[in-house]
Amino acid sequence: MLMPINWVKDYVEIDMDIRELADKLTMTGSKVEEVITLRENISNVVVGRIISVEQHPNADKLVVCNVDVGTEVIQIVTGASNVAPGQLVPVALHGAKLPGGVTIKKGKLRGVESHGMMCSGEELELKDSDYPGAEVDGILILQEEYPLGMDIKEALDLNGQVVDLEITSNRPDCLSMVGMAREIAVSTGKSWRMPKIDVMPSIGNVKDELQVVVENPDLCPRYIARIVKDVKIGPSPQWMRRRLAAAGIRPINNIVDITNYVMLELGQPMHAFDYDKIEGRKIVVRTAKPGESIVTLDDKQRSLTPDMLVIADASKPIAVAGVMGGANSEISADTKHIVFESALFNGTSVRLTSKALGLRSESSSRFEKGLDINMTLTAIDRAVQLVQELGAGTVVEGRIDVLNASTDNRKLTAKWNRINQLLGLNLTADEIADILNDLGLETSVDGESITTLVPTYRNDIEGEADLAEEVARIYGYDRIPMTLMEGSAAKGIRTENQKLVDSIKLALTGMGMYEVITYSFTSPRVYESIGITVDMVPETVRIANPLGEDQSIMRTTLMPNILEVLSRNYNRRIESCSIFEINPVFLPKALPLTDLPDEVLTLAMGEYGDGVDFYTLKGKIEALISLLGLSKRTDYQKAVHPALHPGRTAEVLVDGKSAGIFGEVHPRTAENYELNTRVIMAELNLQALLENADTVRKYKALPKYPAVTRDLAFIVEKRIQAAQILDLICKGGGNILEEVSLFDIYEGSQIPEGCKSMAYSLTYRASDRTLTDDEVNRAHQRIIGLLEEELNARLR
Amino acid sequence: MRDKLEQIKRKAMEAMDSLNNLDQLEEFRVKTLGKKGELTLVLREMGKLPPEERPVIGQLANEIRSYLENELSKKTAELKNAALEKRLAEEAIDVTVPGKVPALGKLHPVTKVLNELKDIFLGMGFDVAEGPEVEWDSYNFEALNIPKNHPARDVQDTFYINENILLRTHTSPVQIRTMLKKKPPIKVICPGRVYRSDAIDATHSPIFHQIEGLVVDKNITMGDLKGVLDVFAKQVFGPETKTKFRPHHFPFTEPSAEVDVTCAICHGSGCRVCSYTGWIEILGAGMVHPKVLAYCGIDPQEYSGFAFGMGLDRITNLKYGIDDIRLLFENDIRFLKQF
Repeated sequence: MLMPINWVKDYVEIDMDIRELADKLTMTGSKVEEVITLRENISNVVVGRIISVEQHPNADKLVVCNVDVGTEVIQIVTGASNVAPGQLVPVALHGAKLPGGVTIKKGKLRGVESHGMMCSGEELELKDSDYPGAEVDGILILQEEYPLGMDIKEALDLNGQVVDLEITSNRPDCLSMVGMAREIAVSTGKSWRMPKIDVMPSIGNVKDELQVVVENPDLCPRYIARIVKDVKIGPSPQWMRRRLAAAGIRPINNIVDITNYVMLELGQPMHAFDYDKIEGRKIVVRTAKPGESIVTLDDKQRSLTPDMLVIADASKPIAVAGVMGGANSEISADTKHIVFESALFNGTSVRLTSKALGLRSESSSRFEKGLDINMTLTAIDRAVQLVQELGAGTVVEGRIDVLNASTDNRKLTAKWNRINQLLGLNLTADEIADILNDLGLETSVDGESITTLVPTYRNDIEGEADLAEEVARIYGYDRIPMTLMEGSAAKGIRTENQKLVDSIKLALTGMGMYEVITYSFTSPRVYESIGITVDMVPETVRIANPLGEDQSIMRTTLMPNILEVLSRNYNRRIESCSIFEINPVFLPKALPLTDLPDEVLTLAMGEYGDGVDFYTLKGKIEALISLLGLSKRTDYQKAVHPALHPGRTAEVLVDGKSAGIFGEVHPRTAENYELNTRVIMAELNLQALLENADTVRKYKALPKYPAVTRDLAFIVEKRIQAAQILDLICKGGGNILEEVSLFDIYEGSQIPEGCKSMAYSLTYRASDRTLTDDEVNRAHQRIIGLLEEELNARLR
Repeated sequence: MRDKLEQIKRKAMEAMDSLNNLDQLEEFRVKTLGKKGELTLVLREMGKLPPEERPVIGQLANEIRSYLENELSKKTAELKNAALEKRLAEEAIDVTVPGKVPALGKLHPVTKVLNELKDIFLGMGFDVAEGPEVEWDSYNFEALNIPKNHPARDVQDTFYINENILLRTHTSPVQIRTMLKKKPPIKVICPGRVYRSDAIDATHSPIFHQIEGLVVDKNITMGDLKGVLDVFAKQVFGPETKTKFRPHHFPFTEPSAEVDVTCAICHGSGCRVCSYTGWIEILGAGMVHPKVLAYCGIDPQEYSGFAFGMGLDRITNLKYGIDDIRLLFENDIRFLKQF
């Protein structure tokens, strides 16, 4: 909210620097975003009187003026045609600064010296609202007398500071000058005052002219109307327009300006209807009828629904309650009589209506937050008082006040020491009561209790905690001593899974991989990019209001994200890249979603670059499996995945159950991601791996007896897999076979077509004795026998 | 006999000078001092000497033996040393050639900062709690004193899945889940990813990371909140860091505060990063609203608590001087390598 200092000073004394005030307000809860100095970009522009105007000797369209600027008479050349001797004008002297970063310097124009510049309204960034006639073409001619040489900002009252405040949604009472005056007073130890409201005796009786019916009192607890006759629509006075402009509201005409002025001054939104356009001299506050519509003041046709509250006349809506008036009852230049409305509408209702219509207004944003039922009355009287002061019309005596709710202050009882306990303070009951009383929260102490009468403008105060906040913010958050609760020395605990995930991340970085973080919503089209056909696309969790189609589903796989990151790096000419991400995928239990989806923690890995192949990534997976203590329970078997190379894909099985898949990325998938290189990728169900992880370690005695190592090389058909061979070796070796390692696979000369040579190193050892040659030979022969028998292997 | 011995010594000394490798030296040792060596052979003839000369000659022989042995071992050491020196000289390398760097990856900067914050709070006795990212509306809003149609729902632009399910807009529902599951004392931090429908730009991302904290117990005060966050800020941004608590409003805390820390870049003197205020807002905090405690079945008359929350991405950016949040999600290796 913009708070012009000159305006708020009407209600509270401010005797400190505005920046100091800003700090104080910030520390009591009205956060100051910025202190704006108005017209800071104008300097050295003064009032001058044109003494003479003569034709420029060398230019038809220029004139040469002598201008008295108080201290001297200077010569100025201008191209403006509206200048004449005797006029008062703004004069930018040598060195003057103008908006837009312009600096005025003396110089020559077509050979004639010019010592400054006479300014147009536009050059001073003035609007008609700042000064009548400011928007005309040519030099700004001042209408009133000012001392020559006076700073133009002072002369036209363009000076001043405006404080931009961030008012939190619980404090709509602070969205006004008097509300802020109250806060300033409490924050600086001053007193504040409401504007003096006197409505002079007036004519007639409003009840003879208008009838008001409120059909939905729950949506409109109070509706007050007053009538002004014989209005003279015209511009409002300069002081009012300047205040509105400084507060960010465009002046329109005296009546509309008065409604806005009252809203900014008191916080109560107001509306003015053209009385003659109210059919049946009747205002009905009701919900819209099916099929009704209205053209609002912004000239847009709005369809209304029966849950929307409208202000209607005898036959049709003339305003959307609390949101915006209708064009059909708008104040115009021809308006003769008006009705002022000052009402309290239900905040939720206004909010929903404004949301449904996509129409937010200054009024609706205030009603939404909940306003003061008593301010409605103050505001409407203030409005007619201003009408009288401005001579804008004749006020009809009396008001129509339809009141359907209590206007009493609420009584709140609290234990004052609970406030201390909550804050960690040690204030006396009186100190607490004093602070609350200063805030207008009338409080008395009774033993352990305090009783507070909460005024109707503080709907946010509901209980002890709210009172505690009031006390704390005025006493000063900075004065609450810092303490540490008991138990702060004990160390917190991470769960086993959290520890494991942390160590997995560290292990993977130790293997040269970089952790990446990507978005968890994605495009439904990613499935196509990784080769998954339409009929195979899994069910997904869909966002009802996504930023766009490309971010509309929660991902069920991290593969596309990994490919995107690899692609981005590849296309930025990064030679090699090895990455992983650990984040959940989202799998709906059933659609439509009635329960939360399963969030399955997933580890995805991907790499490309020199030396990277299927086995480099498999090695990392094996190391990870070993870290989790799952080596003995894990198998790898040939598998198929649309994103992966059909001959270079493996599934990870833990206890025979799938725990993920990995392999070389299918050339078609790679092409979709503009990856013109071999890419290896894995996606593992980390959740499953963590659930199975066996990280309990127990010491096993180091071997006491020597091992015997034998090599074994044989030729088998190419299709025979290492896993099959390993199975047979283990079966034949029995429990004295300690370790098997495959150290060579060879195809080529000396090996028959369609075959390969496999060479293993076998380690035999017994834990309780030194093995004899005989024992080892028997085991070794058994292995050879099995290999020959089952796989048709031939020893080399 | 004495002459023979002296002669052996003299010859040996002469021979030794000409020996220049370890093999020759060993050969010489066997020839002179070995079992069948010259000296041994001479000594075998001791029996032929008159008894009175034996001790004298014996002593002389032993002296010569030990002298020669000593010389031999000196010579051996000398030769070994020379050989080693030679080898060392030959093996000299260019130590300025770059090393063979093992491939080492890095954690994402957000993870690094998260780990740092986790360590700080673990050290103060906070456990780490987690919860789902797709969350019930009731846990994300209603439990937090933000009923349906509350204006605060507009502020947190929410991605909805349907009327009851949404993408959590903060990690606060994890606080709710914790309180529903566990009786006080409660002391947890809740890190995680959160979602708000902000368009992507240099300072906004529709997905970002938060870390929240919750303490509920008897006699928890706002002073404790200030104390904990002050310790935290000093540990993250350095011991000189000051904190400033400003009144604010959140539906789920009362009293509420926004917390500023002195700018880590300019240390309070004012710079571009802190918009020349010397302070940077990093936290929202407050005393848990009694309605929130009550929703979770905790009696607000008996217990009180505080909660706080901060944006991890923002703290990451502040810490490393990253000026665009999009870099965090782009994952350019050249970016990731820097942390």
